[in-house]
Amino acid sequence: MQLKTLNGDVAKAVGRGDGQARALSDLLVRDTPVAYAFIAPAFFLLLFLVAYPFVLSVWLSLSDARVGETGAFVGLENFQRLLTSSIFLQTLQNSIIFTAAALGAKTVFGMALALLLFRIGRFKRLIRGAVLLPFIVPTALSTLVWWWMFEPLYSVVNWTLKSLHIVSRDIPWLPDPYLAMFTVVLVNTWRGLPFFAITILAGLVAIPRELYEAAESDGAGPVSRFWHITVPLLKPVLGVVILFSAIFTLADFNIVYVLTKGGPMNMTHLFATYSFALGLQGGQISQGAAVSLFLFPILLIVVFTQLRMVRRATTYE
Amino acid sequence: MNSAARWARRIRPVFTLYVPVTPFVLFALFPLYFMLVTSFKKNAELYDVNAVPFLIGRGVTFGHYELLSKDTLFWSWFLNSLIVSLAATVISVVLGVLAAYPLARLKFPGANSFGVAIFVTYLVPPSLLFLPLSTVVARLGLSDSLWALVVTYPTFLVPFCTWLLMGYFRTVPKEIEECAMLDGCNRLQTLVRILLPVAVPGVICAALFAFTLSWNEFLYALVFVSPAELKTMTVGVFSELIRGDIYYWGGLMAGACIGSLPIVVAYVFFLDYYVSGLTAGAVK
Repeated sequence: MQLKTLNGDVAKAVGRGDGQARALSDLLVRDTPVAYAFIAPAFFLLLFLVAYPFVLSVWLSLSDARVGETGAFVGLENFQRLLTSSIFLQTLQNSIIFTAAALGAKTVFGMALALLLFRIGRFKRLIRGAVLLPFIVPTALSTLVWWWMFEPLYSVVNWTLKSLHIVSRDIPWLPDPYLAMFTVVLVNTWRGLPFFAITILAGLVAIPRELYEAAESDGAGPVSRFWHITVPLLKPVLGVVILFSAIFTLADFNIVYVLTKGGPMNMTHLFATYSFALGLQGGQISQGAAVSLFLFPILLIVVFTQLRMVRRATTYE
Repeated sequence: MNSAARWARRIRPVFTLYVPVTPFVLFALFPLYFMLVTSFKKNAELYDVNAVPFLIGRGVTFGHYELLSKDTLFWSWFLNSLIVSLAATVISVVLGVLAAYPLARLKFPGANSFGVAIFVTYLVPPSLLFLPLSTVVARLGLSDSLWALVVTYPTFLVPFCTWLLMGYFRTVPKEIEECAMLDGCNRLQTLVRILLPVAVPGVICAALFAFTLSWNEFLYALVFVSPAELKTMTVGVFSELIRGDIYYWGGLMAGACIGSLPIVVAYVFFLDYYVSGLTAGAVK
């Protein structure tokens, strides 16, 4: 139906010239029923399985529901109880330390790796392919090998350190609370580093070569070129990568669950693992929901900052 | 002098680039190498504190792989992962293509809000919603079935696919579609016959990532499905090969190797797609 009228319009548009052709092109992009029909499946999926669970999670956190029971409204009681619980406060502290340490390590080493990858010519594909591998291998499975590498009795890390006479006794990597935190940060860095390196590399490629040439002819050394050209021009990319990774590092479940289950003495519990322990293993689904909702503020911050950055970028274009 | 200078120029990158990049490559690859080596070692060597752990010194064994095949439901888990990942990928790519097209091409009321909604759900980590989702899954009667995963994986795959494909569709010139529409094609025909063939790389990229993310998923599979024979690869290897305090390290590593294999094979063949998908996800 509609197409026929369109065809009629075309004949006229072709006859009348440019302005009309533009009006026609505008007509071609206005098709609200079709747009809604195409979007509907995705929209309803996200409505029922993301938006509704989110609302449910808020409701659960305000109730005294347990697994299998609906529960009654109790207001902010769950949050009050959490904020006076020493395990939760420990989880809060762990989350901050874990996220800050892992993000710091991934940013610094990711930048270094990206700068190297950028200049490497020979074996480029091979080296890029190799350093990217940790990111695509299933995390739950690759964390198992890290567990084996830090196993108290047969740890390959301890074997190496002892063979090199760096230490004389086994280091208790996972039983010691502080070393356990170090280990989970290490594994998270191992897994996330490729994402930082590859994305920063894409940012590096986009920096115009002329800037470096101009700076070089002005007598700027490599260090000054890095701080005055590379870093400022990488800032948008770095910002996106760090914000994006902040959410998924803070929300990490797999690495901590496989390596330490939150132990020893809750010293590596993050929101996700603690919420799992409370809500599923402990059956206190309302408390568990309240814990996982602590991930929401960071999500909001990241969304707002990213959207602002996107808007700014489009207005500059 | 001249040849010495040329030699110096040729040798310099070895020290400024290849030597510094070596620790990164070793750091990335060693755990995976160690996984492979462990899976082929005999138990006697595996649990000998004096044996050199890096190499296989006393002969290769396939015993751990045999144990996996015979004494566990390993191949069921493998098949479950395959079914769930393929189904979730197909659903997500189809829904993603459908949603990305109007977002990239059409003007309609609410386009902006829907774009933002897609972006927000793209950033929602699974660990934020697994508890209420488990309630929803139970109410739908899907607990302890693979359907629970086929239905829930698209919640994080569809936003990703839509986001990626939207960016990709925008790079395709509009004019060819306009011609098709003037020739009497409707929207769906234009999308399927004209835009998709041009956008094949974008679709492959979305499908590869959707498959990889489904195959690697752990939390939902752990929470929504508990019967041993219905577990996916990642959960099965982790939870069924550790019995109390007994760890079958050889078997665990063998399972981890085979569990990673399909993804690694796909990765080797489609490296460039993975690289572009990875950067598109964050940069755009």
